[in-house]
Amino acid sequence: METSFLIEKGILILVIWGITMLIALYSTFGERVVAAYFQDRRGPNRAGPGGLLQPLADGVKMFTKEDFIPNTPNKWLFIFGPALFMTTALLTSSVLPWGDKLNIFGYEVSLFVADINVAILFILGVISIGVYGIMIGGWASNNKFALLGAVRASSQMISYEVAMGLSIIALLMLSGTLSVREIAAQQGGDFLGISGMKWNIFYQPLGFLIFLVCAFAETNRTPFDLPECEAELIGGYHTEYSSMKLGFFLFAEYISMFISSAIIATLYFGGYNYPGVNWVADHIGPNIATILGVVVLFAKIIFFIFFYMWVRWTLPRFRYDQLMNLGWKILIPLAIANIIITGTAILLLN
Amino acid sequence: MTFYIFLFLAALAVFCGLMTVTSRNPVHSVIFLIGCFFAIAGHYLLLNAQFLAVVHIIVYAGAIMVLFLFTLMMMNLNEASEGHKPALARISAVVSAGLLLFILIAALKKTEPFAPPLTIDHSIGLVKALGNTLLNEYLLPFEFVSILLLSSMVGAVLIAKRDKSPKPELE
Amino acid sequence: MSLLMNIFQEIPLHNYLFLSAILFCIGVFGVLLRRNAIIIFMSIELMFNAVNLLLVAFSTYYSDSGGQVFVFFIMAVAAAEVSVGLAILVTIYRNLHSVDIDELKSLKW
Repeated sequence: METSFLIEKGILILVIWGITMLIALYSTFGERVVAAYFQDRRGPNRAGPGGLLQPLADGVKMFTKEDFIPNTPNKWLFIFGPALFMTTALLTSSVLPWGDKLNIFGYEVSLFVADINVAILFILGVISIGVYGIMIGGWASNNKFALLGAVRASSQMISYEVAMGLSIIALLMLSGTLSVREIAAQQGGDFLGISGMKWNIFYQPLGFLIFLVCAFAETNRTPFDLPECEAELIGGYHTEYSSMKLGFFLFAEYISMFISSAIIATLYFGGYNYPGVNWVADHIGPNIATILGVVVLFAKIIFFIFFYMWVRWTLPRFRYDQLMNLGWKILIPLAIANIIITGTAILLLN
Repeated sequence: MTFYIFLFLAALAVFCGLMTVTSRNPVHSVIFLIGCFFAIAGHYLLLNAQFLAVVHIIVYAGAIMVLFLFTLMMMNLNEASEGHKPALARISAVVSAGLLLFILIAALKKTEPFAPPLTIDHSIGLVKALGNTLLNEYLLPFEFVSILLLSSMVGAVLIAKRDKSPKPELE
Repeated sequence: MSLLMNIFQEIPLHNYLFLSAILFCIGVFGVLLRRNAIIIFMSIELMFNAVNLLLVAFSTYYSDSGGQVFVFFIMAVAAAEVSVGLAILVTIYRNLHSVDIDELKSLKW
């Protein structure tokens, strides 16, 4: 293990962490602006030019509020819950490719932290662990509503994990690899004569739809925000939380929104590939092509974050039995049908 | 270096295992068992079984333990809900588990030391090699496992479903 | 020197034998010690894992992928077992409001 390798990965980790935090910070602002736009009113516009400093003000408010711990026999678990939730939200970014290779003064830098050959399973594993933060936090709150929210969250996340895994299987059958970097690289091929357009969405439209719905459910966003629905459960699993611990829960939601947008963009929308990537690499320079790829990836991610908000302020919340029906009786059979269709197509076309 | 990683993971696994069986609160037990599973996943990684390490996390930590935690939360069990076993039973539990350990270790100490094979296959723990073994040599058991999982799913739903008899429910 | 060779030399296979023996005995200890059926269940999972660990260790040390496939099957069986077992426990809890094995002595009532 050379020092240069460690330094390269260390810098990359810090940069990705910083960008994740920044985007999550400004998604909270974006959410309010989008909500204001959808409801035909002005959003936050007092702090800084156009309200741009609003997230900082929110952060300061969160930090300076009283940190209240309820009368619970499990104080450690009460603190552990949000910490775990935040950790799992951040963990997935380590296996995602953020761009192709970058050549800096003859030194080749690959824009991903870890290229493990079971990356997809790693993502699924981290997602399945994410539920513990909510469950432990909700249980340690020693509060009925928090417990109900936690139980709802866990059953919802378990149910939709199954459909999510099944929808990814069809994609894996197509790509033949579990490494996210290879899946992203494969999508740089030709589609209808355009280079860099072999996106999986054209081959897996149904799988993408299932994955999208499951991603909404896994991140606890509307219309699947039953674990924290204000009208029934006061605040769900974070009822008893205050100050920065509440901030962690709320903030981790935006981080997981960012990460799941990145996963969707990478798995189904070509990742860092864009039409004409080869032309740019040949005519302008490979480094420019890579940087443009990173920009394109982030454009896709920001579009999906906007999509999350768009859905949130458009659709009403599901009822609990509707949620379970959708998960078990519609999405899972659809995902299995998708696997069969994909398998048949692969068998017939090859 | 590798040995110290092994020692750390082994100590973590044993500590978490002990805490699992001795914690008074069932939820703490679940959390310690999850810690133990993570330590075991670390061992798998150390042994170059990457695929199995991740699957272990998904299946055990992500599915089975969530199910346990879920059940415990639904039942709302706490420290007070479990009485102590009589002292004699507890002492005999310690003695018999200790004796079992003693016998196992005494027997295992006599075994021949490991001689590494002549050719080391580095792809053993990777998805490709495992998939080939699984779907060539063990195809039939694989299909049986799928039937087992399906039947257990149906069975679990059937058993846990509340019967609609007029018997008054306390909940 | 390859990575696996390094592991073989630094960690004798005996260490894994002892570790899984210890974990297995902790599982046995839990089954004997506790009265809560769910904890007993968890102790059984611990015993499963001790065996799994040993299988993976053997499979890597002897370069035979059969051991890891076995672990894969054990995981599937454990998942099936847990789903049915917990369903049974939930039903028992609904009827008796307890999962204490000392109260579950009668086979029929």
